[in-house]
Amino acid sequence: MARVIVDVMLKPEILDPQGQAIAGALPRLGFSGVSAVRQGKRFELELDGPADEAALSDVRKMAETLLANTVIEDFSIKVEE
Amino acid sequence: MSAARVGIVTFPGTLDDQDAARAVRLAGAEAVPLWHADRDLRGVDAVFLPGGFSYGDYLRCGAISRFAPLMDELIPAARSGLPVLGTCNGFQILCEAHLLPGALTRNAGLHYICRDQRIRVENTGTAWTREFTPGQEIVLPIKHGEGRYVADAQTLAALERDGRVVFRYAGDNPNGSLNDIAGIANEAGNIVGLMPHPEHAVEELTGAPSVDGRGFFTSILKKLVNA
Repeated sequence: MARVIVDVMLKPEILDPQGQAIAGALPRLGFSGVSAVRQGKRFELELDGPADEAALSDVRKMAETLLANTVIEDFSIKVEE
Repeated sequence: MSAARVGIVTFPGTLDDQDAARAVRLAGAEAVPLWHADRDLRGVDAVFLPGGFSYGDYLRCGAISRFAPLMDELIPAARSGLPVLGTCNGFQILCEAHLLPGALTRNAGLHYICRDQRIRVENTGTAWTREFTPGQEIVLPIKHGEGRYVADAQTLAALERDGRVVFRYAGDNPNGSLNDIAGIANEAGNIVGLMPHPEHAVEELTGAPSVDGRGFFTSILKKLVNA
């Protein structure tokens, strides 16, 4: 059993109005020192078996096929210890 | 001869299928209901993917619908030339299915927009726009939260070069779409996607801003009858 984390973020060149709205809200709430916010998605996949090379290759396919739209999003995969 | 048959796809969460069917019937074609879970296009001559919130817009708009059993039939048929029109959520599904390039993202202003919108018809060579005149301005309702069209610079340049930008917002750009793009076509011109709603603008009775939407359905009918 292993847990694999897939983080999906809009590509840097894609406008993120949600992130901008959050960045705009922070100073209004009294938080300072944040110059920009980007909002993304985090997926936690519970695997039936170990996070070996084959399993991670499958996760990569899942991310490319469904979890991320690679036209507008990048993803990264990490195994949670 | 028998009437042209236009399939209307319903996913869980589709909203505009009844209006779409009505628009098709008003134009003189037969509206054939297609169910997302069936692997059967029922021999239709064209397909209309209407708007709504298929699968609740979970994950991304259109991301789940794109893998519906019906899409396994529709995707190859569309690639082989079957005329397909996607409006709003239907446009998002066509992009997620890679039948059209680019993607629809959150409106620049974050607000859900519901209003009448002026649209310029830029390409009258597609299966769905031949009854319009080049440069014609029409008025259609828009209602969406994720209608900002984006694509990489190379794709945008290719769309512009090949005349595949079929519709552009006239006047104010409501959602921040790149190049004011409201709708595009594939290379062959049989697949068209747009955010505005022609199926909501076919009858004065419903308080629509115009009946400009009729042109989409008379276009496809004329094409099918002459085919």
